[in-house]
Amino acid sequence: MHSSWYLAALLVVPLLGALGALGAARARDGAYRVAVATSVVELALTLVVAFLYDPRVPGAHTLDFATRHVLAAPFGLAYDVGLDGISLLLVVLTSLVLCLALLGARDRRREPAFVAWLLVLTACTMGSFLAQDGLEFFVFFELTLVPSYFIVAEWGGAERARAALKFFVYTFTGSAALLVGLIYLAVAHQNQVGGPLTFAFSALAATTLSHGTAVWLFVAFAVAFAVKSPIWPLHTWSPLAYAEAPTGGSIELSALLAKLGSYGLLRVAVGLVPLALIDVRPVVLTLAVIGILYGSLVACATPDLKRLVAYSSLAQMGFITLGVMSGSAIATEGALLLMFNHGVITAGFFLLIGFVERRRASYQIRDLAGLQGPAPVLAALFTVVMMASIGLPGLSGFVSEYLILIGTFATHAWWAAFATLGVLASAAYLLWAFQRVFHGRAQGPNEHLEDARSAERWVMVPVVVLVVALGVFPQPVLNRIAPSVHQLVAHEIAAVHP
Amino acid sequence: MSLTIPSIHYLALLPVLTIFGAAVVLTVLSALAPRPLRPAASLAVVLAACVAVVVEAAVQWSYVADHGATTTVAHAVVLDGFAVVGTVAVAVALALSALVVYDWGARASVFGAEVPVLALASSAGALLMVQANDLVVVFLGLETLSLGLYVLAGVDRHRSGSSEAALKYFLLGGFASAIFIYGAALVYGATGSTNLSAIAYFLGTNVVLRPGLLYAGGALLLVGFGFKVAAVPFHQWSPDVYQGSPTPVTGMMASIVKVGAFLALVRVLVSALGTQLDTWRPILYALVIATCVVGAVLGLAQRDVKRLLAYSSINQAGFMLLGVWTGSAAGAAGTLFYVLTYAPVVVATFAVVTLAGGVGDTRHSIDGYRGLARRQPWLGGALIVLLLSQLGAPLTVGFYAKYAVLSATLASGGGALALVALLSAAVAAAFYLRWVMVLVAEDAEDDAERVAVPRATGLAILAGVAVALVFGVWPGPVAAWAQHATLLFLP
Repeated sequence: MHSSWYLAALLVVPLLGALGALGAARARDGAYRVAVATSVVELALTLVVAFLYDPRVPGAHTLDFATRHVLAAPFGLAYDVGLDGISLLLVVLTSLVLCLALLGARDRRREPAFVAWLLVLTACTMGSFLAQDGLEFFVFFELTLVPSYFIVAEWGGAERARAALKFFVYTFTGSAALLVGLIYLAVAHQNQVGGPLTFAFSALAATTLSHGTAVWLFVAFAVAFAVKSPIWPLHTWSPLAYAEAPTGGSIELSALLAKLGSYGLLRVAVGLVPLALIDVRPVVLTLAVIGILYGSLVACATPDLKRLVAYSSLAQMGFITLGVMSGSAIATEGALLLMFNHGVITAGFFLLIGFVERRRASYQIRDLAGLQGPAPVLAALFTVVMMASIGLPGLSGFVSEYLILIGTFATHAWWAAFATLGVLASAAYLLWAFQRVFHGRAQGPNEHLEDARSAERWVMVPVVVLVVALGVFPQPVLNRIAPSVHQLVAHEIAAVHP
Repeated sequence: MSLTIPSIHYLALLPVLTIFGAAVVLTVLSALAPRPLRPAASLAVVLAACVAVVVEAAVQWSYVADHGATTTVAHAVVLDGFAVVGTVAVAVALALSALVVYDWGARASVFGAEVPVLALASSAGALLMVQANDLVVVFLGLETLSLGLYVLAGVDRHRSGSSEAALKYFLLGGFASAIFIYGAALVYGATGSTNLSAIAYFLGTNVVLRPGLLYAGGALLLVGFGFKVAAVPFHQWSPDVYQGSPTPVTGMMASIVKVGAFLALVRVLVSALGTQLDTWRPILYALVIATCVVGAVLGLAQRDVKRLLAYSSINQAGFMLLGVWTGSAAGAAGTLFYVLTYAPVVVATFAVVTLAGGVGDTRHSIDGYRGLARRQPWLGGALIVLLLSQLGAPLTVGFYAKYAVLSATLASGGGALALVALLSAAVAAAFYLRWVMVLVAEDAEDDAERVAVPRATGLAILAGVAVALVFGVWPGPVAAWAQHATLLFLP
């Protein structure tokens, strides 16, 4: 077992960076430089942690770097962190997205508060992924709302006030159900085994529940995570929030915070009350498939690029939900991989849209045409990201969607069959959008569009590298996450088929 | 006929006597002094009294920890952990309010010692309520608390709204007191005593065959308390009175009154009428839902921040009632933690509103706050933290306050109730956040004045923010204290 100080450092470094950024606000670009330096340190640290991670610590159930300290005994509040294969990719994604969001938000480098909020958001998200305790998870999960609210409310587009409020109230309402469910479960656990109130995931997962109770708890948890993910029909806040958020904010919201929802669904809902799956699985799988088809259809019709990515995210999150709920280890691995890949791909999309917006002050599709002529590199980068999103073999999106679909075919063939239509639809709406934006003849302001500058090209390098690398050679990553996934799925299967 | 004078355990009465003593000293000083008393002198007396009360509470705490809970003055006053924590909550709220009143008095040209004296007297009433073990003492405390506040509500003679608020508060408060004392009389008729322990003993050892009298009495007591804590449907006075009263006084109403009334309510319901749990819990169930929902929903429509805070405090009162509804030690500890942490936060919130309200205490439209956090990041940031704490955001103490009552509720089998309360908090979040949104808005008018932050009020705001953040990160000690205090509760 490695020292838990690594994980503490992952939580503290962004917070120190935020303080440092505010402290360096006087200097020109000071805050931004501090923030970028922090994000690089954080990324290096996560990579170290990811390489050190050892799933075979005896008696630790694939957890590594674990520790637990009770902070407030009457409340059952504890600092309980650990890393397992399920958190691993998301922890890496968190710091990677921070880097990309900061680099994509270079326009806002004179605004120390903005970069400070991004860093705080990173710490909260990191905390949610590292928490091995329900209440601690909830605190971090809920806390991500505050920085993301301010990022949207202060730096968003014209309708930012409405978008931020809608986002906050939706998510806060969902969290209400989550908190009630968690406390209920913890109290039930305490009544069964006695001792002090505890929210440790390992303890709560062992609670014996009646079937009806398990279903209610699952629904309470799933509502919160369905809002966050978002899962159809609780997605209605997301297109507005994604579109109104500034580039860095859209990246954080869609690439990272959405994953908090599907991660929660897997870790808390499926992990703690698997018994409920007997009843709720078909329902959630159906919602996931509806989300895939609905998101794809609306994406075809939407007039602006940011909303297009938002709806395409809805479809992709549908795939993730499908994998998480499928009850198959392969599909769950695929879902975890897709969480990471979708994060990278969406970050790439929003970065590229941000570049276009910087030049044309618009991301309406009708304002753009024929950009390939004046900006071939931009078009090429867009092509790579788009192909990965469509699921072209050899790029990362393919591997994850393929794993999800074959895993789900084995357990729930009909749902997988309908979901496959979503892959086709994504090719349709993305290629069509690409055609309208990049092909044809550039006129007016589009004619002299500046191509990607070298700084912008460098930002996209990690995205392209990851898209290709994980498309060609995903096995090392899968090997690291597999033991934890198998353990979780075995727990799930044991509960459903005793 | 001989009159027996009951033995008096002075340690138990010391905080009340200290605060009353300070009020008397201040009155005499201001009457005897050749010149009007300097506001700084009054402030010094009040703060000294508060510090003394906190020190006395520490002594009381160690006494209670060693000797257990005890009663005195013919069992009418109790010294237990619950009372000690309540005493500290009142003292802290009083001290912070006094700081705000000090600066406000200078600006609003309300000089003289009457405001500090009345604030002290009211607080003494609240102290009496948290220690009361007899319905008559509860009533005594309630009246002392209220009479001072009736006058304080009308102390700003430059504004007609203030007199209107005073009259309204007096009339409705008078009704509430009358209803309360009638309820006490009926309970006396049903049980043969006004003493809470004696009532509990009587009800525990006798079967009440015809409980109509008892139920009527209990219901009237509940109505009286409902008025004081502004529980729906007895809340109608509070938005008007909050809006009309001088803002620092509103802060006292939202803090000191809630501490006194809620802790007395816990004693009356849980300790005296604990055997009738099954009768009063359904009533409280309805009250909690009505209070939470009405507070949150009507708050959405408010454009005046004082009315908004009135509805906010109604919503918060719903959560405090939630802890009472459980009828359990954990619930009592939750309510205690709630009022203990809510009081400084709400006083600090009203302190910011006092400053922003300007010289005439009139600029309370939410639009007046446009861009405040951009012009004055510290003041605006403080208000944002205070609002987030009332909203219940994690890492602020408000989250743990809500958590404490919710977990007690769920442990008592109130899943649906907890969910309704929490959903009402999500609705309430909308109006807190709309205010936050106004604070960070960019498009402020250019001629917006800077809000001056005098030192004393700044200190009060800082204290409120510190409570919100420090105990938000590290609630352990206070939570353990509240829980321990409830274990030292006199059954």
